[in-house]
Amino acid sequence: MGAFTMRMLRLLSLVLLLGGFALAQSPPYGVGSAPSEEELRAWDISISPTGKELPPGRGTPKEGEQLYVQKGCAGCHGAKGAGGLAPKLVKAEGKPDAHPWDLGRVLPFRAPYATTVWDFINRAMPLGREGTLTADEVYSLTAFLLNINGVIPEDAVMDRETLPKIKMPNRESWAPLPDWKPGMDRLEGYPY
Amino acid sequence: MDSKRTNRRKFLKGSAALAGLAAVRSASGQTPAPEAYIKGNPELIAYGQRSRFETAVRTSHGGRHSPDAFGLVMHVATPLQESVGVITPSSLHYVATTLGSYIPDIDPKEHRLMVHGMVDRPLTFTLQDLKRLPSVTRLHFVECAANRPSAKAKSIQDSHGMTSCAEWTGVLLSTLLKEAGVQGGASWIVAEGAEEVKGASSIPMAKAMEDCLVCYGMNGEAVRPQQGYPLRLLVPGFEGIFNVKWLRRIKAVDQYYMTYSDYGHLRREPEDAALGYQIGPKSVITFPSSGQQLPGKGFYEISGLAWSGGGAIRRVEVSTDGGRSWKDAEIRGTASRMAHTRFSLHWNWDGTETSLLSRCTDELGHVQPTRAQVAEFFKKPLDASFSVPGRDNTIQTWRVASDGSVHNAYA
Repeated sequence: MGAFTMRMLRLLSLVLLLGGFALAQSPPYGVGSAPSEEELRAWDISISPTGKELPPGRGTPKEGEQLYVQKGCAGCHGAKGAGGLAPKLVKAEGKPDAHPWDLGRVLPFRAPYATTVWDFINRAMPLGREGTLTADEVYSLTAFLLNINGVIPEDAVMDRETLPKIKMPNRESWAPLPDWKPGMDRLEGYPY
Repeated sequence: MDSKRTNRRKFLKGSAALAGLAAVRSASGQTPAPEAYIKGNPELIAYGQRSRFETAVRTSHGGRHSPDAFGLVMHVATPLQESVGVITPSSLHYVATTLGSYIPDIDPKEHRLMVHGMVDRPLTFTLQDLKRLPSVTRLHFVECAANRPSAKAKSIQDSHGMTSCAEWTGVLLSTLLKEAGVQGGASWIVAEGAEEVKGASSIPMAKAMEDCLVCYGMNGEAVRPQQGYPLRLLVPGFEGIFNVKWLRRIKAVDQYYMTYSDYGHLRREPEDAALGYQIGPKSVITFPSSGQQLPGKGFYEISGLAWSGGGAIRRVEVSTDGGRSWKDAEIRGTASRMAHTRFSLHWNWDGTETSLLSRCTDELGHVQPTRAQVAEFFKKPLDASFSVPGRDNTIQTWRVASDGSVHNAYA
């Protein structure tokens, strides 16, 4: 085989390889349309534990305390996060050595990540007026609720840098879901 | 054509002439009396309804009334005691909503599903787009976490009515994810609904690629609003809340996102967490069941439903003597994967007090346990305070009293 033929074969295989690569990369059916950057930003309200999607803004417990009344939170959740019809937002009084898991199902205390608190207020509160709070207001309300649960001090400022760094009391003490695979036992050794 | 019409007119005239005879026949119970016919009206012609003699209805579940004073819908249970076959009629399918949501009233022309995150090509799909793609139709149950045998349950509707089974039609989620091109390292998806609180759940990517369905069809028509119209995610075998209704967004991500719904599932112990999302093999006798009355001794077909999040039901056994002996029940029709499966057993009741139980085995070989077996597995005492970790798939016992009344044996 001449050197020219070899070069051609190599070129051909390169072309085939690239062609195959391009094929694997193209959508199988070509159905659906590409959202614009603005659409993606407007739709994507997920906040990960790393906080990478958090928007700019800031808030303090003091600002949150006022908003908690102004925005009507107190009406459903009670004056200081307890005593209302809606879920409690302040942990139960417990012994100083009580495990965080035993102080009630209280989102701004039991959640392993403060981002979950921010995310839920942002997407789901106040009831009937969801999505009307500004980023600053969500940071402030999150700060207030974390403060009344003893998670952050009164002078803490919450923003996209500080919020994901908060070490929630329950950060380490929850059981992650096992790695799901088809046909696996729900729990190793569990025959049921 | 003309001659056919003539014949029909002749036939109608003839029928009128025979009306007197018909009245005589109805007196003997062979045909309904003339006044007992249902007169056609445009509504009945357009979209039919069941007989007024059929009274099975859904009921509020878990102590919160639906609808509440504001029109919010909470948890509503299926009347399994009246069920036949394996499909739950859409009108009777159980309902649960995130925190008591209003049911969104979504114009399908305006609705979009976005697939984005760690993908090569973020995409939005209209309903029309989705209906162009290859579709699948499968039977699947959906079951709520709150569905568990209980001492408080007065009927099977209370203890087991938060499961239902429908024929779902839609596009495999894997088809949409491949269309968008999932990037390496994407290990979870976050699925989100369009309701007020935008309920969202983290689902393992392996499950998303395996058998999840983006459904626009249910029991031969569009998915009902209470079930997520116009789009619902089906996560076969996983607990109800993962089956996101009013589906508007799928985000491919590289970690568990700890959404509010995920947070609601958090468990301290690894066993609780592991048993918390996929339903184990489970069965229940629907007839005879608590609250029903046997008219007397003699022959009965015992009938029930079995299902498992682990796949198809392979075997169902029934005991008519309180668990001392077991007989293989007959599986009616084909057992579909992650679907209700109807079973039955012929039984001659001798009129003495006894207990009826059923237990099933799925394709993985997992066997439905008793509460005592689960307690023993976890080395916990079996008392009233013992709660089965994760989703409770334990055996339900119905007690048949000598007067033919049937009761929940836990009560």
